[in-house]
Amino acid sequence: MEFVKNAIGKLVPTEINGEQVIPFKGVGKYKPEGKKHAPYIPSNVDFPLDGNKTVSSLKEALIKAGLKDGMTISTHHHFRNGDLIANQIFDIAKELSVKNLRWFPSASFPCHEHLIQYLEDGTIQRIEASMNGPLGKFCSEGKMKGTAVLRSHGGRYQAVQDGEVKIDIAVIGAACADPFGNANGLFGQSTSGLLGFALADSQYADKVIVVTDNMVPFPCIPWQIQGNYVDYTVKMNKIGIPEKIISGTTKITKSPDRLLLAEMTAKFCDVTGIIQEGFSFQTGAGGTSLAVSEYFANIMKKKGIKGRFARGGSNKYLVKMLEEGLIDYILDGQTFDLDGVRSMAENPNHVWTSPFTSYNYHSKGNFAGILDVVILGATEVDINFNANVVTHSDGYLLHGIGGWQNCLFSKTVILPLPLFRDRIPVVVDEVTTVCGPGELIDVIVTERGIAINPKRKDLIDKAKNSGLPLKTIRELKDEAEKICGKPTKPKLGDKVVAAIKWVDGTVIDVVRQVLE
Amino acid sequence: MAKKIFKAGNTGGRIRSDCLMNLELTGSGGIKINLESKVKKLYGEDIINTSKEVCSFFDIKNASIDITDTGALPFVLTARLEACIKQAIKTDKEYLLPLIEENTYSTPKEQFRFSRLYLPGNTPSMMLNAGVHKPNGIILDLEDSVAPAKKAEAQLLVRNALRQVNFYGAERMVRINQFPGGLDDLKYIIPHNVNLILFPKCESAEQIHKLEEKINELKTKFNIKQPVFLMPIIESALGVEMAYEIASSSENVVALAIGLEDYTADLGARRTKEATESFYARTRLVNACKAAGIQAIDSVFSDVADEEGLRQNVKISKSLGFEGMGCIHPRQIKVIHEGYAPEEAEIEKAKKIVNAFIEASEKGLGVVSLGTKMIDPPVVKRAQKIIDLAVKLNMLPENWRKDFLNNKAI
Repeated sequence: MEFVKNAIGKLVPTEINGEQVIPFKGVGKYKPEGKKHAPYIPSNVDFPLDGNKTVSSLKEALIKAGLKDGMTISTHHHFRNGDLIANQIFDIAKELSVKNLRWFPSASFPCHEHLIQYLEDGTIQRIEASMNGPLGKFCSEGKMKGTAVLRSHGGRYQAVQDGEVKIDIAVIGAACADPFGNANGLFGQSTSGLLGFALADSQYADKVIVVTDNMVPFPCIPWQIQGNYVDYTVKMNKIGIPEKIISGTTKITKSPDRLLLAEMTAKFCDVTGIIQEGFSFQTGAGGTSLAVSEYFANIMKKKGIKGRFARGGSNKYLVKMLEEGLIDYILDGQTFDLDGVRSMAENPNHVWTSPFTSYNYHSKGNFAGILDVVILGATEVDINFNANVVTHSDGYLLHGIGGWQNCLFSKTVILPLPLFRDRIPVVVDEVTTVCGPGELIDVIVTERGIAINPKRKDLIDKAKNSGLPLKTIRELKDEAEKICGKPTKPKLGDKVVAAIKWVDGTVIDVVRQVLE
Repeated sequence: MAKKIFKAGNTGGRIRSDCLMNLELTGSGGIKINLESKVKKLYGEDIINTSKEVCSFFDIKNASIDITDTGALPFVLTARLEACIKQAIKTDKEYLLPLIEENTYSTPKEQFRFSRLYLPGNTPSMMLNAGVHKPNGIILDLEDSVAPAKKAEAQLLVRNALRQVNFYGAERMVRINQFPGGLDDLKYIIPHNVNLILFPKCESAEQIHKLEEKINELKTKFNIKQPVFLMPIIESALGVEMAYEIASSSENVVALAIGLEDYTADLGARRTKEATESFYARTRLVNACKAAGIQAIDSVFSDVADEEGLRQNVKISKSLGFEGMGCIHPRQIKVIHEGYAPEEAEIEKAKKIVNAFIEASEKGLGVVSLGTKMIDPPVVKRAQKIIDLAVKLNMLPENWRKDFLNNKAI
């Protein structure tokens, strides 16, 4: 296999899973040409005139969709760790002796450990998505037959649109659907909020199956997925475990260290003037991020400031800000708790978005760059501000990219991170896996100091007399090493077990096999 | 013969940044280490080498060591192994990691002691980031938060923490045990630049003298020049009655703290939020401290989740004359600092009074007046204290009078 050095200095192969790939060329440097991929042309004479596309079982739907060796099957992570669909699909594939499938979920979860047996026996050839827990371990140790490909949410849309990934069968789980295939995630026992991750699949897959445990008579309103794209619908008893889909209520961290990080982050945004009338922000649903929005809310209340919109997986804290009038809109990519689901169903200012609107590379602009500030996590960041979200410092895959890469295009990107976790330095010489180039990462907030990317002279000037502990990224790295000791590099093999795609489909880095 | 295994440290559940060591002395085969660690790929070699070095230091040539590690830093790892070894063999040797340069500071007698954060002496994970929350003092506790069976290993862990953990300028305090155990604690802390010792359940000046005798003996032995201050904790009815005697027992006593859990138990009364049952004790203690010219420090507020309750509590505490309070959670620090700091209006009034005093002195006037009001010397003294406090807390620039006079002129 031929390896070349890409624009960020990482050695990457020119071919993955037998297909040519393009090494990362730099931010905004790669633009594929030609036409978008298109699915086959359907004709409605092939579909029941009465609109009833219901078949008796998932198995029947898969057979009718033509499930066969080597196909690409897509599913979605709306049900998170409570998903009951993906495992059943591959149980059926096994039963039908189908081999060499490519599973193309929008993310995998620990509940999918069940699929390891199918990776071992060849039912599944490879997974192209995030992998954590047991699947991450399996893949990291080089046991998967094919090479994993990890993409951002926007990158997944890009790959579907430019034909990098051709989906044969998409199976979309929905809390509520009608026999025609209109579907939403809002009503029923398996409520997930949005279905945005399935949008591209519904439009571009050759065959689309909607499964639900809450089949309602036509029309299913609102239709987040349009039945006009759907081939078959299936009513099942149970498609998800509700308590594992979304939490009843998200809670702000009680960890004093994380609260301190959140407080420092909010203060930084305050003193640098990021929090101002009409500003916009995105925070995740991790403990620290939730706390950041709470601190934002306090500052906004104190100063009488109103934000225009917040993006992100909605949760009770964002909903509270919307209901208190601190923000005009929530642009929701996914939903993390029942307050989010409720608000989405009843508040018109709680707006659905999808990876297409927010993150997609092949749309005519997207929302990510409009945001004033985004607060993200990372497993490691290095002295060039490059950051890693997919692997642990010991080389194991442990997280997906999610919308992380796409969010880096926000006007200011802040990563609140502990300086070290359980003796493992977070600020390091060189990250294990580059997922985001340092040129897009502006500020690292740690409990022991804040490092601002030297490119952001404006932020340095605004923060310098604020009383916040500003340090260089090198000083932070040295401090981490002084406390923890310098770690030895984990022993990694030559075999590439996963490729990390940049938002434009180029290869920014690869993950190599962890040796025992 | 049954194998004798010596244990130290903790593992399981939500324990992090610690390790459990099992040591067995063997007759042959050298040092065999079985390591289970979440950081094995990155620090496995380092952990094994460090462990071998500790064994070699104590002349242990043959042993089997099982380590279950959750990311223990070297100061924890070596303390745990030393604790095992000291159960297995008799030795006076101590395996000391360097005293880091950042830990060599001393504190002044009049140091602010608004907040002092209690950290259980045998829980390393809580020590690592304690300093970044900026309490005025950090208490490594060897007393109530350490189980009796864990006292010996906690002594070593606290010793190592004093040498290796950067507390970022917080006054370095240790709460020792009651006598006689407390006297034994001293040799693990005095040589390692402790700034202040908290002595629990203090009831007499004699106890302080006994404590100081041992401290001085150790200071001489280890050639320690920096002061070691004392903060006796009054936790009984007798202690309250003896407060002044204790407060004035030594020039190293810089503050008295009151411990209301034990005190109310001693009274046979229930501890309430309103705290009327301890009103006498608290005011008596404040009075004794002021008479002796030292700080009066209030008891901890134990409901960590009740921030508003804490705020009210600090307000009352300050109004009684207390100058600080213990914390059991880092999130209490900010509330406590804000509570004991002078309020804006207080500072403004104090500026006017102090300025009037300075102007009167410059004019050689014996009487200070502000507008039509005469100002008594104690009022000036109190105002000056508020100004000093505000300056030290960076709430007011040192040359505040320049701005004040300019504004006045306008």
